[in-house]
Amino acid sequence: MIQFVLLISRQGKVRLTKWYSPYTQKERSKVIRELSGVILTRGPKLCNFVEWRGHKVVYKRYASLYFCMGIDQEDNELEVLEIIHHYVEILDRYFGSVCELDLIFNFHKAYYALDELLIAGELQESSKKTVARLIAAQDSLVEAAKEQASSLSNIISQATK
Amino acid sequence: MNSFFSGTRLRDMIRAIRACKTAAEERAVVRKECAAIRTSINENDHDYRHRNLAKLMFIHMLGYPTHFGQMECLKLIASAGFPEKRIGYLGLMLLLDERQEVLMLVTNSLKQDLNHSNQYIVGLALCALGNICSAEMARDLAPEVERLLQFRDPNIRKKAALCSIRIIRKVPDLAENFINPAAALLKEKHHGVLITGIQLCTDLCKVSPEALEFLRKKHTEGLVRTLKDVVNSPYTPEYDIAGIADPFLHVRLLKLLRALGQGDADSSDAMNDILAQVATKTESNKNAGNAILYECVETIMSIEDNGGLRVLAINILGRFLSNRDNNIRYVALNMLMKAITVDAQAVQRHRATILECVKDSDASIRKRALELVYLLVNETNVKPLTKELIDYLEVSDQDFKGDLTAKICSIVEKFSPEKIWYIDQMLKVLAEAGNFVKDEVWHALIVVISNASDLHGYTVRALYKAFKTSSEQESLVRVAVWCIGEYGDMLMNNVGMLGIEDSVTVTDSDIVDVVEIAIKRHASDLTTKAMALIALLKLSSRFPSCSERIKDIIVHHKGSLVLELQQRSLEFNSIIDKHQNIRSTLVERMPILDEATFTTRRAGSLPAAVSTSDDVPAAPSSSGGDFLQDLLGVDLSPAPTQSGTNQVQKAGTDVLLDLLSIGAHPVQSSSSTTDILSTHSK
Repeated sequence: MIQFVLLISRQGKVRLTKWYSPYTQKERSKVIRELSGVILTRGPKLCNFVEWRGHKVVYKRYASLYFCMGIDQEDNELEVLEIIHHYVEILDRYFGSVCELDLIFNFHKAYYALDELLIAGELQESSKKTVARLIAAQDSLVEAAKEQASSLSNIISQATK
Repeated sequence: MNSFFSGTRLRDMIRAIRACKTAAEERAVVRKECAAIRTSINENDHDYRHRNLAKLMFIHMLGYPTHFGQMECLKLIASAGFPEKRIGYLGLMLLLDERQEVLMLVTNSLKQDLNHSNQYIVGLALCALGNICSAEMARDLAPEVERLLQFRDPNIRKKAALCSIRIIRKVPDLAENFINPAAALLKEKHHGVLITGIQLCTDLCKVSPEALEFLRKKHTEGLVRTLKDVVNSPYTPEYDIAGIADPFLHVRLLKLLRALGQGDADSSDAMNDILAQVATKTESNKNAGNAILYECVETIMSIEDNGGLRVLAINILGRFLSNRDNNIRYVALNMLMKAITVDAQAVQRHRATILECVKDSDASIRKRALELVYLLVNETNVKPLTKELIDYLEVSDQDFKGDLTAKICSIVEKFSPEKIWYIDQMLKVLAEAGNFVKDEVWHALIVVISNASDLHGYTVRALYKAFKTSSEQESLVRVAVWCIGEYGDMLMNNVGMLGIEDSVTVTDSDIVDVVEIAIKRHASDLTTKAMALIALLKLSSRFPSCSERIKDIIVHHKGSLVLELQQRSLEFNSIIDKHQNIRSTLVERMPILDEATFTTRRAGSLPAAVSTSDDVPAAPSSSGGDFLQDLLGVDLSPAPTQSGTNQVQKAGTDVLLDLLSIGAHPVQSSSSTTDILSTHSK
């Protein structure tokens, strides 16, 4: 089971955090602080796994961002690397060659994508196409509601002119 | 409406925060935003609730407190529209977790949304429930989730399956209700439903023996067939990763098969062929393929024995181990640790390669490899392996030395074939990484030395030489000082020379030099200095010609600011000055330390020598300290009650000393010094 997902920039800034097990706020900031210290200082050629305080963490760097997933001892580290890559590809398709700024200003969208990929720390969908379709469908629901609201306010404002 | 507030959009706030140059500026911006959001919340502003929560989530991610926004999540979830619910559930998952009582308030909204006519709203509710539900909510909402496992849309079924996993992890009693609907998911064609269904079944097997039995009897064959279909499926772009159709599905199938095959010969038999096929046919040039091979090896190792398959699996691990990709080597080491219980011989064959991994430049690989080597050591290979590890100790990274030293010491203690070898290895470790050696380890070494009476001369000479080259290693200095105090005369006269030794010419003043260096060494801590004082006292009797010089060194500490040293210095000085007649009996060589007592105490088992009950809680933690009392010549057996009270007091003072970050030993050794004097001068 994936215990947590973290996106950390090369400067150590947190871009996304998702916790699938209960961690107190204090534990969370400790994990983030210490883990980024460990991961950001690792050289580029080393393996993508670190063990630290009983946690096993799989991480991979994409451009300026580190994608990290804390996993259980018995989990398949190589598969988790694939899950990370899967997520990155989903983000990439959604944003159209995603960059860190996309994830900063549209952080909620990165969360929506993650929620279509993982629930309860387990993988939900292996098809990128399906994930993209589901997010698009929900985005259009939001757009439709917005339009409705704005046309409604137009009608009201015209009526009260 | 607050016109000032409505101006800051989420995007503007993020920009403002990013523009901050210092942490203080950032705090100011966040404080201002939070104040505005609070006002807006207090005014019960509907229009900006959505935006407020989005801002709060961003602020939360930066690590600021956002508890005041929790109720806003609930309000958004309770509103009718999809956009409000979407952001509300996201906020709920981010800002709250299962321990907050506020969460209970959302149970009712969740229940309604699970029954909503809009499937996307049902999806939101399932996702939130799956990510943060508490045991209580799991009980309340399990029937809804169970029903949704049969929902018409596959995307809801897959979410319901993962949600069920959370529910049975929280409340294993509910597992029974999920067995049948979960098993039904195994027949699905939709990959999302299939992988989540398989995962649910795997989790069910963990918590419910009935589920395991049922799935084993009814579904092993079906799962084997499904795996066969996936393995042989033609190219499907939707699921293809590196030329493999849905590696995620492969991995999950192999996991469930492992659960079913474990401890059951029939089902293990049923999956042999497909496992052999996966193990031989999977491409191993990409990560996805290796992930499957890795899972397949683990399944082969866990299910009931089939000689041929195991050979196949071990060969895969051998290939992994010699792979140039660090990730692959890492998982190989990981898996070999599990394989060692199955086939230790096969793992031993890779010993040389594993040993190379201990020296890898990657800390993660080193750590794994060291743990594996530790498991590989036995009586027959302990000598070459220890030599390798000690040789490596010389060149290893500073931050790896701690782990490495601990493991070497443990190996040497556990498997040492003879005392001289043990002493030799320990001295090498002390000389190389003495600063990393734990107290109990060098305490144990002293016990062994004390018991090896034919090696006293040899040991003290070896320590003398080691001290000359590595006087910066604290625990080496301590052991050397102790041995020189006890056996200094043997050092000078080359007593008990072994054939392998070169003789050394050492004068009595050379020996005193060593102790003087130890006591004057800037880095020496209190324990070392205290031990050095005792050694000096002993030497003053062994080498009468140096007595005056020794007295000077001892007197020098009369003015020490550390009470312990001051006291020892004064007392020892008066022994040398005024009690010549009893001095030689006072500083006689220590009786041989009782090895058995030390081992039992160190193991933390009920102390054999000390029988008082109030001693028990203090014993395991302070065994090192107790032992120091032994070292200093307090015989523990005749006065159980007294030593018991000593230890209780000491436990208290230790804490205090820890707080003040002062070395922990002086207190008990001071009591023992007085004990020495009182018991011997009677």
